[in-house]
Amino acid sequence: MTQGPRNRILRALLALVALVLGRRRSPPEPPSRDEPPLTAEREVGARRRSENVALVLLAAATLAAIGFSVDYVADPDTQVLGLCLGAALVLIGAAAALAGKRVVPREKAVGEYHEFGDERRQEEVQAIVSEPGEGVSRRRLLVVAGGTAGATLGAALVVPAASLGPRVRDRVLTTPWRRGVRLVDSHERPIDADAVAEGTMVSAFPDGAPRDSLGASLLVVRIPPGELDMSAERRAGAPEGIVAYSKICPHAGCAVSIYRHPLNPPTAPEPALVCPCHYSTFDPRRAGALVFGPAGRDLPQLPLQVNAGRQLEAAGDFFDPIGPSYGGIRTR
Amino acid sequence: MRRLPRPLQIVVALVLSTAALLSLGGGAPAQRASGTALERQGRQLFVEGCSDCHGMDAGGVAGRGPSLRGVGELSADFYLRTGRMPLAAPEDEPERTESPYSRREIHALVAYVGSFGGPGIPRVDAESGDLAEGFELFSEHCMGCHQVVGRGGITTRGIAPDLQSARPVDVAEALQIGPYVMPRFRDLAPSEVDSLARYVVSTRDPVARGGWGIGNVGPIPEGMVAWLLAGVALLLVIRLIGERTSR
Amino acid sequence: MIRRTVRFLDERLGAAPALRSALRYVFPDHWSFMLGEVALYSFVVLVGTGIFLTLYYVPSDELVTYHGGYEALRGRVFSEQYGSVLDLSFDVPAGLLMRQTHHWAANVFVAAIVLHVVRIVLTGAFRKPRELNYLVGVTMLGLAIFEGFLGYSMIDDLLSGMGLAIAYSVAMSIPAVGGDFAFLVWGDEFPGSPSFWPRLEILHVLIIPVMLAGLIGLHLAQIVRQHHTQFPGGLASERAIEGTPMWPGYALRSGGLLLMTAGLLFLLGGLVQINPIWQWGPYETWLSTNGAQPDWYLGWLIGGLRLMPPLEIVIGDYTLVPNPFFGGALFPGIVFAVLYAWPWIDRRRFGDRAAHNLLERPRDNPRRTAAFLGFLTWVFVIFAAGAGDRLYLVSSMPYEGQVWFFRAAAVVAPFVVWFVARRVCEELRAREDHPLRGWTGQVVRRTATGGFETLAGEDGRESDGR
Repeated sequence: MTQGPRNRILRALLALVALVLGRRRSPPEPPSRDEPPLTAEREVGARRRSENVALVLLAAATLAAIGFSVDYVADPDTQVLGLCLGAALVLIGAAAALAGKRVVPREKAVGEYHEFGDERRQEEVQAIVSEPGEGVSRRRLLVVAGGTAGATLGAALVVPAASLGPRVRDRVLTTPWRRGVRLVDSHERPIDADAVAEGTMVSAFPDGAPRDSLGASLLVVRIPPGELDMSAERRAGAPEGIVAYSKICPHAGCAVSIYRHPLNPPTAPEPALVCPCHYSTFDPRRAGALVFGPAGRDLPQLPLQVNAGRQLEAAGDFFDPIGPSYGGIRTR
Repeated sequence: MRRLPRPLQIVVALVLSTAALLSLGGGAPAQRASGTALERQGRQLFVEGCSDCHGMDAGGVAGRGPSLRGVGELSADFYLRTGRMPLAAPEDEPERTESPYSRREIHALVAYVGSFGGPGIPRVDAESGDLAEGFELFSEHCMGCHQVVGRGGITTRGIAPDLQSARPVDVAEALQIGPYVMPRFRDLAPSEVDSLARYVVSTRDPVARGGWGIGNVGPIPEGMVAWLLAGVALLLVIRLIGERTSR
Repeated sequence: MIRRTVRFLDERLGAAPALRSALRYVFPDHWSFMLGEVALYSFVVLVGTGIFLTLYYVPSDELVTYHGGYEALRGRVFSEQYGSVLDLSFDVPAGLLMRQTHHWAANVFVAAIVLHVVRIVLTGAFRKPRELNYLVGVTMLGLAIFEGFLGYSMIDDLLSGMGLAIAYSVAMSIPAVGGDFAFLVWGDEFPGSPSFWPRLEILHVLIIPVMLAGLIGLHLAQIVRQHHTQFPGGLASERAIEGTPMWPGYALRSGGLLLMTAGLLFLLGGLVQINPIWQWGPYETWLSTNGAQPDWYLGWLIGGLRLMPPLEIVIGDYTLVPNPFFGGALFPGIVFAVLYAWPWIDRRRFGDRAAHNLLERPRDNPRRTAAFLGFLTWVFVIFAAGAGDRLYLVSSMPYEGQVWFFRAAAVVAPFVVWFVARRVCEELRAREDHPLRGWTGQVVRRTATGGFETLAGEDGRESDGR
């Protein structure tokens, strides 16, 4: 046999031996928990270049950190402060990571996963926990009594949470609007009927009442009476075509602040009151009927009347409840 | 007219012509220096470019364009100068574009339309407006459509344009007209209009104390920065720090 | 010096054995395992900057008149919370830096958690024995989202105020109990009683951070107890764990990551503006702006609310299920229910009840990967729908049409993604090509002397040639 093939056979034999021996043994004996994990590989020696880079990063970080303090004391500017502090942190971090990967000794260590599930111990625990039951005559009854007492105590501890707020029923259905309450604008000035020209929209509030409750704010527009398409009762609440709606969307409570008013009706979309949150679209000519969007109810209308001084007043409360629906009783 | 006795005919004629003369007034005279020559030029341009929808004598065409009699120089100036008119098709939504007309041509068209009467081009002084008042007015009347810093918005079936190109006079004119689906706000005092104009102009460059404004429209670009800038950067960082699969 | 410290601790606390095992603790160091750390370090930044902020914030809705430096608000009357944050932004040195860093950190915190959860699910790390830890993690995701919402809602600016109104409506929409529940939380009808604001503050500043810290502790403790999972390869197996020891390698790398995460967040906080509340103005119930959006991690909910048809379940005059419930409560409820149940859904589908310490690559389980990616697509399409109005501005596809498009996409896209993901996984496995690194074989050539020499391929794999 020549040198080549003989060596090859030798190697194969050695490999076979190694395989046979190796198969019986498990992979590098994982250490028990008390011993430090095996280091499988260890590479020592930092490249000079990596050390240099780390030094440069740290130096730059130092400058940046000084910059931060100087700027803070001298003339704090958000951008400079952020740049300096951020840069300092990033540079030190980069130096640390670089050191971890290229400067300090690189090691691959091996540890051990625990195996969970010890049946014997589980049984022991079960036995220990059940011990108190030994010799107790009416165990079941005692357990039930204890459980009942505990459960009612738990419920009692939770009950004071109800003090956090009032019941909904008596609050949500009331608004500040009554017959005769005057409409005022955002500067508390009464609103003249003639100020509500066709094509404009006016935000209105009850005279003398806080304006941030959901029932307070209104959107008032004027529709040519010939275009109104509503019941007689509602039409009576829209004198001269001036119609008022709750400004609070009955979907999720945003302010309905979009009035889509066509300058040239034949070529433009129809008039609509639209909410900018989820685009519920209501028709002001048809008592706030929903035209598009997710709202489950129409926009509530407030009946108006014009008083002797040609100012706008409420002629009563809203025809329908205002604000978002709630999971509970709601008159419709 | 012929049935009336002669003296009465004269009286009626006088009354009518006086009324006609009076109706021609009512606007800032500044742009009307050239008088009828300009109007004639305007009429010619009008017939060529506008009469299809607005009628040969600006009386409107049913189902297409409205009558322009009485809209005044104000409306014509707004629509023509911002390129919203001419419109390709009547149902199109007018939007700000580069006008196909030169300034002189616009001048002429405006004069022509203005000759039918109506408000003149308004005077606005944005510098003298009060910024805080403008912000309050804008919040109450405008931001529902145009977004709080004038970046524009939508309504179902309509766009409220961004206001970065709006000049003070555009603001004043639009408030009077209520173009396309915008409501009109004619009751504002001149000082309020000045304040609104001042605020609108300020939205071109909102106070950005925090750095790069990323469009000043809020959480959408912010989220994009969080994912596409910070997220990508951090993924890169951990990719460099961590190891890769050995397989 | 080190020895003296160690002796000091050991002689008083018996710390040496614990220190030794801690210092030599083994961390599998695949890069995707560091996503959880990014989240953790964002949380550290949140706490640090949050402490600063809480020293300036005033949780009161008393009305104040503004006389500060921002001209557009001069003379305006608004609540003290808004005023305190305005002052912090304009008049406190580094105040705006801290505020913006805090807000960026919140956005990155939730993003990192989401990426981390996706990694966990796609690699099967949630399987036995780690289901409990997975549940802790999903809970933290929910808390993080809620905490972020509370944080930016504390300011009472226009944008967050609109968000609170919507949250109130969603709370009200819970069947049967919604009305009372919303009143409980807000203390009265919206905008609520004055005590609502201190409630927000104490939840955001104390209660939830403590809960999060506790859950993080639980999360880390379980990881230490069970050890981190790892990909197969090298010396790694179900019994042996291979990686970098804590000291010095991993501590430096992870510490570096902490510093770089914090640094990046401070860079953003100083250079990129976020939530410029002075531009929005204060909140009033009767004001709203076009283009109002919640922070990104709640965008999926606005999508749900917008896409839902106008359905309300009414029985006679009794409203059982108001509309916002479907998009605002049921939708996230379903998503979180699926997330919570995933380990058991996964077990049922694959009948795999064994314990696993080794991970699978996403491609190794095409059905799980495809199912989860399909599920994520469903959420993502609805999330994209929430930004529809800005899309309209750039694409001029009318809004109504867009709503229908996204409704259809929400149904169709998940199946498309499911199908494509499955094919891609199977294809990758069949070829065993790495999508980024490509082919990992060797090109060899027979030498004249009879052996082989390597022409191209992996380094370190010596040829057997002579």
